[in-house]
Amino acid sequence: MVALSPAVTGAPAPRRRRVRVWRGFVLGVAGAYFLIPLYAGLRFSFQDDAGHWSFYAVAAIPSQVGFSGAFFLSIKLALTTLALTLVLMVPTTIYIHLHLPRLRRMLEFVTVLPIVIPPIVLILGVLRAAPLWLKASPYLLSLMYVILSMPFVYRSLDAGISAIDLRTLVEASRSLGASGPQTLWRVILPNLRAGILSASVLTLALVLGEFTMASLDLWTTLPVWIYQFQQTDGHIATAVSMLSLIGTWLLITVMVSLDRSESRRSRRKAEVA
Amino acid sequence: MAIPGAARRTLRWRGLRRVTAVAPFIVYAFLGLGIPILAVVDYAFRNPQGHLTLANVSTVTHGTYLLGFENSILLAAITSVVPGLLGLSLAYAIATSRSPFLRRLIATASGVLANFGGINLTFMFIATLGSTGILTSWLSVVHLNPWNLGFNLYSFYGVAFVYLYFQVPLMVLVITPALGALRPSWREAAANLGATSWRYWRYVGLPVLFPSVLGGMLLLFGSAFAAYATAQTLTAGTVTLAPIQIGNLLTGNAISGQENIGYAIGFGMFVVLAVTMILYGLIQRRASKWLR
Repeated sequence: MVALSPAVTGAPAPRRRRVRVWRGFVLGVAGAYFLIPLYAGLRFSFQDDAGHWSFYAVAAIPSQVGFSGAFFLSIKLALTTLALTLVLMVPTTIYIHLHLPRLRRMLEFVTVLPIVIPPIVLILGVLRAAPLWLKASPYLLSLMYVILSMPFVYRSLDAGISAIDLRTLVEASRSLGASGPQTLWRVILPNLRAGILSASVLTLALVLGEFTMASLDLWTTLPVWIYQFQQTDGHIATAVSMLSLIGTWLLITVMVSLDRSESRRSRRKAEVA
Repeated sequence: MAIPGAARRTLRWRGLRRVTAVAPFIVYAFLGLGIPILAVVDYAFRNPQGHLTLANVSTVTHGTYLLGFENSILLAAITSVVPGLLGLSLAYAIATSRSPFLRRLIATASGVLANFGGINLTFMFIATLGSTGILTSWLSVVHLNPWNLGFNLYSFYGVAFVYLYFQVPLMVLVITPALGALRPSWREAAANLGATSWRYWRYVGLPVLFPSVLGGMLLLFGSAFAAYATAQTLTAGTVTLAPIQIGNLLTGNAISGQENIGYAIGFGMFVVLAVTMILYGLIQRRASKWLR
């Protein structure tokens, strides 16, 4: 017993120090790997060839040939995809959770497929199978982006639904006399706001950065334009790419913080009541 | 016992409502996933005249197309095992840290970075490790210019190095929930019984985590195997990978009689991925049994 006690009391201190050193090392290496390329991309976008900081590349973006067309095409596709995704996925997910729990495995399986099936193979099949009128329209991409976003959208919605007691909420609402649509609109959707929000953010980010399908379907969306434009001016192309990145991050931050302040306000309201 | 007419009608009505409620999703998934997959499989076994043939499949299992598959599988294997272990260490470092800020920061950053890829990533790495990149110039100051040491960003290993940028965060995302199964009390119990750190990991930590880690790595395998945009934009289609070959066949000038080779490559990718999926499913079942 006496012989054992030093080992028991003595072991944690050096181990904890070792753990701390090890953790610092891991975080340091990861930080360097993830931050240096970001810094390099930003510096390349905001410096001229002589190495001075300048915004010439950023200022020149709007006047470049084809930029505004590509930009607005990407925005249009993103909004269409978002609307389609939400209309398709939100009611389906809620309905299956409520009334057809046995189909949840099917839903999980189908929504994981787009992760497993390479987009390049998918677009290969689409370009053969789609009717001509659809192939002539850029919105074919929107239809496919709905498929590509399914894994993220389903997982966000599923997490949101699992976090609330959906069945009790619905039963309470129905027993208070609300109709089905009323329950959906005024009880379920407000409670799912966080899940819907993260689903939307992920969808927008996906569409705005998608390259494979757009380039093979021969539509010049923003990422395709950037790729083509690098032959003309690498600085401007990189600047657009970094700005689109910053724009996506800003969008995510704004939407997430909006949601957080909104839920804080409603919690405070609930406390007052 | 006879069901009264009204009740039977309600039952039938409810069944109909259930079908119509899930029908849009099922139809959409069939049109958007099922039909394209069937089209790929169908054309993989047809010659340009529409007759059934095995020539396409035979072509893609030989020569340069076989090399594409081998390279793709090797790339996916490397970029699933290495980022898998790195992601595991990173997730563990975060899970055991006491800073909630750090935890939230990494969770958000992983979510963003795991979906990273394509042109943005390519530009960032050209600016970092291209022949005139920032890190290249820093390292050449200490006479360690990676390009003089045989490194080439626009090659197979360059692509593998760049893939870490989205593979590691993906692993962090997948593995963090599983780390919750590792109770701190087990570690304390092991320490009280006199186990060293190594023994704790050998006999407690890794066996508990093993199914989740392997499952995560299989997911990374699929993600790397399917990736096209990053490799295409980084190497301008010069590296020999199966997805790149599909892209080249689709956009470039296919030799007459070989129009359906791309479909056969796509079919081959399905086969590789189906094997991966089956493994993933088996391991998932195993993991859920263990953690119950």
